[in-house]
Order: sequence, then structure tokens, then C-alpha cells
Amino acid sequence: MADLTTTFIGIKSPNPFWLASAPPTDKEYNVRRAFEAGWGGVVWKTLGEAGPPIVNVNGPRYGAIWGADRRLLGLNNIELITDRPLEVNLEEITRVKKDYPDRAVVVSLMVPCEEGPWRDIVRKVEDTGADGVELNFGCPHGMAERGMGSAVGQVPEYIQMVTEWVKKYSDLPCIVKLTPNITNILYPAEAAMRGGADAVSLINTINSITSVNLDTFAPEPTIDGVGAHGGYCGPAVKPIALNMVAEIARNPATAGLPISGIGGVTTWRDAAEFIALGAGNVQVCTAAMTYGFKIVQEMISGLSQWMDEHGHESVESIVGRSVPKVKNWQDLNLNYVTKAVIDQSACIKCGRCFAACEDTSHQAITMSDDRVFEVDDAECVACNLCVNVCPVDNCITMKELGQGEVDPRTGQKVAPYANWTTHPNNPAAKAAE
Amino acid sequence: MPSDPFTPGMAAGRLSREDIAANFADLHPPLDHHAALVAADRCYFCHDAPCMDACPTTIDIPLFIRQIATGTPEAAAKTILSQNILGGMCARVCPTETLCEEVCVRETAEGKPVIIGQLQRYATDALMAKGAHPFRRDAETGRKVAVVGAGPAGLACAHRLALKGHAVTLFDARAKGGGLNEFGIAAYKAPGQFAQAELDWVLGIGGIKVNYGQRLGDGLTLAGLQKDHDAVFLGIGLAGVNRLEIEGAARDGVEDAVDWIARMRQSPDKTDIAVGRNVVVIGGGMTAVDAAVQAKLLGADNVTIAYRRDRAAMPASPFEQDLAASKGVRLLFNMAPKAITADGIVLARTEARNGKLVETGETVTLPADQVLKAIGQTLAGAPEGLTIEGGKIAVDAAGRTSIDGVWAGGDCALGGEDLTVTAVAEGRDAAEDIHKRLTA
Ligand SMILES: Cc1cc2nc3c(=O)[nH]c(=O)nc-3n(C[C@H](O)[C@H](O)[C@H](O)COP(=O)(O)OP(=O)(O)OC[C@H]3O[C@@H](n4cnc5c(N)ncnc54)[C@H](O)[C@@H]3O)c2cc1C
Ligand SMILES: Cc1cc2nc3c(=O)[nH]c(=O)nc-3n(C[C@H](O)[C@H](O)[C@H](O)COP(=O)(O)O)c2cc1C
Ligand code: SF4
Repeated sequence: MADLTTTFIGIKSPNPFWLASAPPTDKEYNVRRAFEAGWGGVVWKTLGEAGPPIVNVNGPRYGAIWGADRRLLGLNNIELITDRPLEVNLEEITRVKKDYPDRAVVVSLMVPCEEGPWRDIVRKVEDTGADGVELNFGCPHGMAERGMGSAVGQVPEYIQMVTEWVKKYSDLPCIVKLTPNITNILYPAEAAMRGGADAVSLINTINSITSVNLDTFAPEPTIDGVGAHGGYCGPAVKPIALNMVAEIARNPATAGLPISGIGGVTTWRDAAEFIALGAGNVQVCTAAMTYGFKIVQEMISGLSQWMDEHGHESVESIVGRSVPKVKNWQDLNLNYVTKAVIDQSACIKCGRCFAACEDTSHQAITMSDDRVFEVDDAECVACNLCVNVCPVDNCITMKELGQGEVDPRTGQKVAPYANWTTHPNNPAAKAAE
Repeated sequence: MPSDPFTPGMAAGRLSREDIAANFADLHPPLDHHAALVAADRCYFCHDAPCMDACPTTIDIPLFIRQIATGTPEAAAKTILSQNILGGMCARVCPTETLCEEVCVRETAEGKPVIIGQLQRYATDALMAKGAHPFRRDAETGRKVAVVGAGPAGLACAHRLALKGHAVTLFDARAKGGGLNEFGIAAYKAPGQFAQAELDWVLGIGGIKVNYGQRLGDGLTLAGLQKDHDAVFLGIGLAGVNRLEIEGAARDGVEDAVDWIARMRQSPDKTDIAVGRNVVVIGGGMTAVDAAVQAKLLGADNVTIAYRRDRAAMPASPFEQDLAASKGVRLLFNMAPKAITADGIVLARTEARNGKLVETGETVTLPADQVLKAIGQTLAGAPEGLTIEGGKIAVDAAGRTSIDGVWAGGDCALGGEDLTVTAVAEGRDAAEDIHKRLTA
């Protein structure tokens, strides 16, 4: 079986699957059970300052959206950081780390944006024996209203400043957790790097309202007749997270900065995708909250099988393998021509491809009286919509036209690579000299 | 002139070779990739899942289905096979409607369980198609164990022991291994010589020496086995049958269903297996249903199951009753055999009075060229000195018999239903206990 051991910024864990800072890691009871189930590490639920702990709402704190068959696709929460006393959390962290020396225990932190509180808290964390800290600059609700969480994460200068404080007072490896509620993820990532962060983790949750109750007109989850926006996570946010991870991985200024990938990781495949796009490990919250700790077993078996089948010997060897393949649009080959092909033996004749293409795209699919659906290559622009709406896996695929073949749509032969930068229609194109 | 369903008396080849082959094709054809994904998607990944508890081998069903859903059926197969090395056969023959699928929460929600058995087959087929054995033997321990009986119980025991590094010698009275997987299970549940293919694949673990054609009690003795081995496991099944003491029972065309099925299972194309035009099967269990259905599939014109109690008491599950009915088998209830005549059978109508089954006095005579007796198997050939309880070898929870150093499991041992999967569970658990003893 493939070796899943990972060393992330010096922190060793038996596999790259960590639980993200959230309810699954809010207490010793949970974390012990998570480790017994096989999780490689945890980022402890975010700790705040000493003194009276923060309070949570006492009504519903989650909302959700579902796919077919009530499969949970997106989760929204209005929970704050831990509402248990700091001392209790620190004692528990100490005990757990002592009993699980081979697992990663990283402590998430969020205190007011002043040097003193950050100095005090990192020193306390050092005493627990924890492996590192994660600075939570991400929570988009509640704490942000108090000038913490994403209120810090949206101001690169603050990120840099706080990171510098943490690095000044502690040698612990330091991960800066980024909020996606920002125009360009590179600004906070670069700021974290300037501040001396050992790694960034992303994404935290996305500002969201999941639904509105049309009887009461209140947003959900509803607290006494009203609601507040919350943070969105789960499978639905994965594409957003993947892009942000890739942006950081391929940005020259941040290339090589270790990344802990978070956002919608539900299966081994999701994890492998994050890792391929540059993450050194992944963190999981919603999937564990939906299915329980046991899902990590599928992540472990799936990733090992895939690595074995493809001869990948270590997790490290796949980190960033996709990064060189993420390009800007203008670098894409405009002479790459494909056509949709419908496998008639797999087709169940639902007609969804026809509706999609006929009503909303390029009228490139024909329908006969006896419901045979065929692609008209003279019209097909290869947009892929039919592939995406077809309910049958692999029924519609894309076939590539070789160089020199005639594209029936344009009547032109397929030419060698050429992109927008040299395209005749591009006013800014420089003629290739 | 070739025979057909209406040919009187007993006759072979009532249907063409092609029709018989089509009739005996997979009861549930294998799921294709798309169907498997759709089926897997229906699993809720329940916590402490009821299906797992309902499986006698406690396969982690939610996990293996999730592994199918995420595109790793081979990993799913390992999850299955680590608990149940005959997971491939069980996927085909388990009465899932009374086991895992019965308690599926989807059954509660929609009256339609996740098709666990078929998904299990999808996964195990995927792995077995790759040929390689998924588990590696531990280092040799130098300890020797004799396993008697190469049916599901013996095979599961032998495999687990070999896995742990012990040297196993497997004995079976028959010329071939597999037990009832090879000689009993309905042909349409495991077509394509699956039992032998699986047997070879299981033996692929190494460390198991097979001795076929060697019967305990006939040259082979328990004392002798104990002398040459550190432990002995008995998985000898139920080699005997209950006798039907009625007039005419010795007539031609009257036979124990298990013997007729065993002959039929060994016939490559079944065109040589004689079957009556009018067949009456006596009994109400799985064997009765299997015999009746297969008689019908071979081209018998009329096949009737005569069961002495009512439908609710019938051991065959509603699924199996429906299967029989769908193949054209007639199910008669409250009918007890009285006598067999030259070309028929006399059945007495019964009813339950104060919880006791009594004959009403009315009789019915059915034409019967062939009468198949499926009224239960019995323990036969168990070595002297073992405590027998309720007609079976008495064992404790770990499979230990009354003789120290001798374990037993499967149909021959007390406890559990007489099912392939139960035999696997008992063989496996006995192996674990033997291993504990040998390494203590
Ligand atoms: C017709 C029929 C249909 C069935 N269908 C199903 C089904 O669909 N699903 C299901 O789950 N179960 C079914 N069963 C039950 C299932 O086959 C048994 O529960 C299972 O095979 C028991 O396994 P076992 O290893 O204990 O015994 P067996 O499978 O009976 O194996 C015992 C082995 O021991 C050997 N043996 C016996 N005596 C000796 C001796 N003295 N010395 C050496 N070797 C000996 C035999 O040759 C045999 O190979 C069916 C049974 C029958 C009879
Ligand atoms: C209920 C809930 C509470 C959370 N609390 C925290 C927190 O205290 N600190 C933090 O850094 N992230 C918190 N998160 C965000 C998660 O750690 C994670 O970044 C996010 O949920 C995306 O991952 P996912 O799609 O796997 O859930 C919380 C998420 C949820 C659902
Ligand atoms: S999940 Fe537990 S705590 Fe939350 S509402 Fe349900 S019962 Fe209450």
C-alpha cells in the first residue's frame, strides 16, 4: 500500500487528512474519536482570549442546500469560535497530544488585533505541546463584526502584522487561514508570506444566505424571526477553493509556499485534486459533519489505491503536479478542436442534451421522430454542455480532431497551436516575427 | 424423437441446449458501471449501520458502498473480503431480503432497499477480474491445522488460518471442493463455474494443502488428525437427509432433492438430466424452491411444491416464493405427503388446530412422474465422542466443541441459520480462536 505519511511544514502525520478547525475538533472527546477513526491530524476549534468565553446562538446555527435525494451539497453556519473556556481547551489539547504523538495537533487562534493578546495566547499554546498554530483570519460572521476573523483577513496589512507578532513570540510552525471573501486571494496570501507564515490554509467559509422561509420571509437559519448571513462550506464550495489554491500555487511571489487545502473535501478524489493543485495536505469539516468520522477510511483506501495504481510513491510526489497545467485563458490553444460524440448504445433517450443545445446553445444536436439524438459536427462548437447535462456517465464524450483534419463547422483544416495573443482578431496581437 | 415438456414420464433434454442455457443464466445479471453508481448513491452511509449487524459476517457495508461510489471498487472488495473471503459467492446466494437489505433504512423510508448484494458482486467481480489475491500471508508459524470439509465453513477457516501463517491441510470426502457452493446452490445463482473459480482464488493465499476424496470416518479418524495437527476444524455440513416414511417412497423417480441438484450442478449443459413431466417437490425451504425452479427451467410441464404448513410458516422467504411462482411453479400449502403411487402422489390436507398440525381427512392426488424430497438435511458422519445437541455438533461462541483442540462450524455445528454466509462467519471465527490458542 502506498505510503500516505506527510510532513507538512515539519509537522508529521500518518496521512494527509486533517480535520479543519470547526465543531468536529471542538473538544477532547471528538478529537480522540477522530484519531481512533484514523484522521491524520486536527486543527483544534478556534480558541479566543482568556476570560469569559464567547456565546453562541441557542437556536439553529446551520442552513443547507441539497441535491437530489436530499444529498447535502452546501452547509451554512452562524457559529462562532469555541464557546468553552480557554483553560479547558488548553488542558484537553495537552492531554490529547500526549496520547497521540504521531498525529498532528494544530491549534487555531483568534484574538483581538493587538500584540499583547497574540503574544499571550501563542505562549499558552506552546505549553500544550501542540505541533503548530493556525491563525483564523477567516470567520465571515459574528467575529468579523468585532474586528476579528475575516475583518482581519480582508486587510493584508493586518495579516502581515499579526503573523509577525506570532512568529516573534513563538517558534511554532504557523499557518495563516485565509478567507475567500475577498477580491483577490493573492493579496492576503502574499501578506501572510511577508509576515513570515510557514503556510497558508484555505478556504474558510463564504458569506452566504442559504434560503428564505417564504411563510415568514425570514432568512434561514432563523433566530427568533430574523437571520444573519453565515459561512458557506461543503461540496458546493470546492471549485472556488480549488481555484484559490491554484492561484497561490502558480503565483510567482507565493509559489512554493506550503498550502493546506480546505473546502468541500468529501472523498479521496477531492483530496487528490487539492494536492495536485499544490496543497501539501487537506482539511475537512462538512464531510465529517455530514457522514461522521468514519469517512476518512474511504479517503485513505481510495488515495492509496490510486497512488498504487499510478505508481505514486508518496503524497509529496503528487503535490503541485497540476500547477504547471493551470494557465491563463489567453494561453489556451484556439486551434484545438473537438466534437461531441453520442454513444448510441449508452443513450437512454432522455433528450436533455437536445434541450440544452437546441434551446440555449448552438442547435448542434438533432432529434429524430424515434428519439435518436445525433451531433451535427457542422454546428457543434464543442462547448461541453451536452456532456455536462447528460445523466449517463460517459454517454457523450469529446473527440479531438487531429491536425490537418477539416472542421466541418468552419471548413478549415485544424492548424497547429496558436493562442489569443497572436490571433488576428486581437487588437493587441503582436505579429509573430 | 427429442423430448419436450409434454413427453410423459421422466425425460432428459425437454428443452434445447440453448433454452436451458438461457434459463440458467444469472438470476441477477451483473450491474454495469452506471447502474452500480446509481445504486451506490442511494446508500446513506448510516452510522452503526443496521445492515452491518444483519450480515452474519459483519461486512462494513456503508464503507464498501462508498468506495464503489468514489470509483474504487477494488478497495470496496477488500473491505468485503477482509470480513468474508467468500464475499463473491455470498453476493450471489445470500437471501439479502432477510439479511442486510431487510433492515436497510431505505426499506423503511421507501420500501426499496439499497441493492447491497448486487453491489457486493460488482465490487468483488472487479477485484477478482484482476486475478491477484488481495491478501498476503503472514510468516509461517510452523503450526499445523487440519480442516475437514471444503465447503464455505472449511474454506473460510482454512483461508483465515493460512493468512495467519499456519499450515493448513484441507480434507474433503468429495472429489472436488466447494461443498454446497459446488453441489447445492441453485445453478442460476452462480453460473459460469463460479464456485470453482472462487475456490481456486481463495486457495491463492497459499499455505493450504488440499486432499480431496478423503472421508473422515473412512480411513481418516479424528484421533489421527489430532495426532498429526495442532488443531482440527470440522466443517462437514449436513451429509444426511430426513427420511420420508411413506408407502411408495422407494419408487423410481423419487429422490432426495439435494442428490438430484448435485447431479444437475455437475452436468455441464444439463441436457442429460432427467426431469418429470409432472414434478412434485415436498418441503418448504430453500432446497424445495431451488429444486422446483430448476425442474421447471429444465422443461418440466407442471411443477408443484407441496408444503405441509401454511404460507406464513414456510421457511422459504417471500422473495423465493415469488421467484418460484414467477417461473411457473405452483405452491400448495397445508398438504402433507401420504403415499406415492405408480404415477402420482397422495397428499393429505392439513390445518393447524391449537397450534398443532392435523390432517383434515381430505386427500388430493396429483400426477407425479418425479417426486423430489426436500424435507431437511441431517448431520451424518460426525466423529464419535463429540457432544451432539439438537442434531448438531455442540459448540461454544468461539466454535469449540466438547473435545479440546477440535472446533466446528457451518451447517454441522449448533447455532445460526444454515446459510453460506453463516458458515463463512463461523469458519472465520473458529480460525481466529484457533490462532489465539496456537499463538498463546
Ligand atoms: C439445495 C441447497 C440450496 C441452498 N441455497 C442456499 C442459498 O441460496 N443461499 C445460502 O446462503 N445458503 C444456501 N444453502 C445453504 C448453504 O449451502 C449451506 O448453509 C452451506 O453450504 C454450509 O456450509 P458448510 O461448509 O457448513 O457445509 P457444506 O457446504 O455442506 O460443506 C461440507 C463439506 O464437507 C464435506 N464432508 C462432509 N462429510 C465429510 C466427511 N465425513 N469427511 C470429509 N468431508 C466431509 C462435504 O463433501 C462438503 O464438501 C443451500 C443449501 C442447499 C442444500
Ligand atoms: C459550524 C462550523 C464552524 C466553523 N468554525 C470555524 C472556526 O472556529 N475556525 C475556523 O478557522 N474555521 C471554522 N469553520 C470553517 C471550516 O474550518 C472550513 O474552513 C470550512 O468549513 C470549509 O471546509 P469544508 O467544506 O470541508 O467544510 C467552521 C465551519 C463550520 C461548518
Ligand atoms: S444535532 Fe444534536 S445538538 Fe444538534 S439539534 Fe440535533 S440533537 Fe440537538
